[in-house]
Amino acid sequence: MKKLLTGNEAIARGAWEAGVVVCTAYPGTPSTEITENAAKYPEMYAEWSPNEKVALEVGLGAAIAGGRALVSMKHVGVNVAADPLFTLAYTGINGGLVLVSADDPGMHSSQDEQDNRHYGRAAKIPVLEPADSQEAKEFTKLAFDLSEAFDTPVMLRTTTRVAHSQSLVELADRKEVPIKEYEKNTAKFVMIPANARPRHLIVEDRMQKLSTYAETTELNRIEWNDPSIGIITSGITYQYVKEVLPQASILKLGMSFPLPKNLISEFAQKVTTLYVIEELDPFFEDQIKAWGIAVQGKDTFPLFGELLPEMISAKLAPSDQQTCCHATACELKTEDTPPRPPVLCPGCPHRAVFYTLNKLKVTVTGDIGCYTLGCLAPLNAIDTTICMGASIGTAIGMEKARGKDYARKMVAVIGDSTFIHSGITPLIDAVYNKATTTTLILDNRITAMTGHQHNPVTGFTIKGEPTKEIDLAVLAQAVGVDRVRTVDPFALSELEQIIREELAAEEPSVIITRRSCALIEKGTKPPYTVSEEACTGCLQCMRLGCPCIVKQDNKKVSINPAQCVGCGLCATVCKFDAIRKEGGANA
Amino acid sequence: MRNLTNILIVGVGGQGTILASRVLAGVVQKIGQDVKVSEIHGMAQRGGSVVTQVRYGEKVYAPIIAPGEADIILAFEKLEALRWLSYLKKDGNILINDQRLDPMPVVTGAAAYPQDAIAAIKKQCANTMVIDGLGEAVKAGNAKAVNVVLLGLLARYLDLDKQTWLDVIRDTVPDKLLDVNLKAFEAGWNSVK
Ligand code: SF4
Ligand code: SF4
Repeated sequence: MKKLLTGNEAIARGAWEAGVVVCTAYPGTPSTEITENAAKYPEMYAEWSPNEKVALEVGLGAAIAGGRALVSMKHVGVNVAADPLFTLAYTGINGGLVLVSADDPGMHSSQDEQDNRHYGRAAKIPVLEPADSQEAKEFTKLAFDLSEAFDTPVMLRTTTRVAHSQSLVELADRKEVPIKEYEKNTAKFVMIPANARPRHLIVEDRMQKLSTYAETTELNRIEWNDPSIGIITSGITYQYVKEVLPQASILKLGMSFPLPKNLISEFAQKVTTLYVIEELDPFFEDQIKAWGIAVQGKDTFPLFGELLPEMISAKLAPSDQQTCCHATACELKTEDTPPRPPVLCPGCPHRAVFYTLNKLKVTVTGDIGCYTLGCLAPLNAIDTTICMGASIGTAIGMEKARGKDYARKMVAVIGDSTFIHSGITPLIDAVYNKATTTTLILDNRITAMTGHQHNPVTGFTIKGEPTKEIDLAVLAQAVGVDRVRTVDPFALSELEQIIREELAAEEPSVIITRRSCALIEKGTKPPYTVSEEACTGCLQCMRLGCPCIVKQDNKKVSINPAQCVGCGLCATVCKFDAIRKEGGANA
Repeated sequence: MRNLTNILIVGVGGQGTILASRVLAGVVQKIGQDVKVSEIHGMAQRGGSVVTQVRYGEKVYAPIIAPGEADIILAFEKLEALRWLSYLKKDGNILINDQRLDPMPVVTGAAAYPQDAIAAIKKQCANTMVIDGLGEAVKAGNAKAVNVVLLGLLARYLDLDKQTWLDVIRDTVPDKLLDVNLKAFEAGWNSVK
């Protein structure tokens, strides 16, 4: 039977068919749906781990114990998991272990554009790259076989276009793979230097064997056509090449690391002009050039962003290039279509926090989540955003550089899930190293940005089972923060008062702003309306950046009733009592 | 070029463009064609500009559509119609939901909403069809069914079996919303004279 699946759904299916027993992840676009879908299969245990490092550690534990394990994350998540990853390459596994790295060329939803094929080479593990959903499923299964055959973790690298595109997939049954025997083997699994040194030799020997394997595996295949143009490519770019250069000869690399030297040389000899077409970094190109093979690549194609089909046809098949038939419209596009950046949802609890921080004119070190959108106009309330968990550490550093007085005008903001991910360690640092920073944990009771996944503060697992709920206040107190307060962010004056008090305090404080994400709040309340007579046009309410509030031609505001969820925040900030619940007096 | 149909569905995060693309892909699959769909998730869903791309035919390689190659653009919002217009091919059809949703730069006054978006598009494209999707959805019984009204309209422009559309909608939407959605689909279908 054929089914239309996204790449992510197909990877989950592949894991199931491969007899996987444990799936772990921390959610992150474009990887999230892998584990979400894996959790639907009763045969597989699945979890949202607190962060990617823990996800990999749980996965490797399962593998060492003899079961097959799938660990998924987005590209920047691998940075977090890199520590166990490199050593895992030394120990090897027992049951198969596959690490999915979902990269995001074009940064549709990421803070950087890193090319994680480099991780495969740096950690010395094989990397497979599927080009559509069918391959995503098949390569997942193959990766497990490879993992066990070579006693190594295997990286399955996807990109957004593979992860989030749907294509037809032929389904198969699950093959139950018996859990392998576990035997204590300290020389293999205890990486003290004396044990690790011989393991490094094993790693290098394994790389040799994998290189030999790369020469003959079906993962790498030549599609002979016109030999005057030869193209080496992988992943989604293969599809683009097939589309725009159907006459070209292609070497499709399903295994991106290690590369098949002989196969590449043979291909290079038989074609007249050789191109490497790859997204992001010259990963193949550098290696191929190092072997002394002449090839064109990044001199022709960009080092950044998605590599789109039209870019390939523009360079290599200009005659086929479709010219835009709406030239005037294209000009219209640049001049007359304002951008539409994402915004905090109507009723979002973060809006109140950033409105207040903006009003107080404090420096805000930010973090990764929906609340990152607080950096945009009109809230303009975030100074820095680096990576998951960086906000508190950044605030400590700013204070250490500029002094305690500066900390009186500065807060760190971090979400509930992100705090669990990697906010607790810098908070410990703040206490231990006597910083006086104020941390706001924006607790909206869910991991919202990636699509509402549970986390340790929600009280539910990925399979929806109730579990212990972490109490953030108690947790902060336990690491030594004496000043911990919880507030409903929509109680604006109380929120402002508490922030002022905690900023003034010369010791670390944590303020938990708690209110559910607007998208999980059940049942919307009636929308608010604006009284024409009472509205003075002061536009104070518009500083909230609620997309429902619109300035009219007469300079007064109105509220779009179709979008408004009736949160009432705008009524709270209106000094003239002009915003009211529909059909009634003010709340 | 191989014989492929390229459809771009554009709108604003939260309008239901993804569901629409999934129904279309389901219909095409039932009819035995190869199909690929590309969607973007994440940040864009928070009220940002969203595009999903559906390509079908005998054999599909790339899941995305190049500028100037879309046979049909189905636009859930006027400004988005304008934004993606350069993707339409010569003589392609652009189907527009006559709805205005202001992006934040317009709300804050940093940019202006184009006053004559539809007129500008009509000047470029002879095959422009405008529909009051929201009005039709409300008539059908639920303002949220705009996406299915638009699917009905799209269905009218594609040479695919109508019953298959109804079957896929039946498989996709929850039972209690089925009546409204079937009505919404018919409204879209019948909006073409
Ligand atoms: S999903 Fe929730 S947290 Fe994110 S912007 Fe919307 S309301 Fe706010
Ligand atoms: S009540 Fe006001 S702030 Fe809340 S969603 Fe409606 S318009 Fe926006």
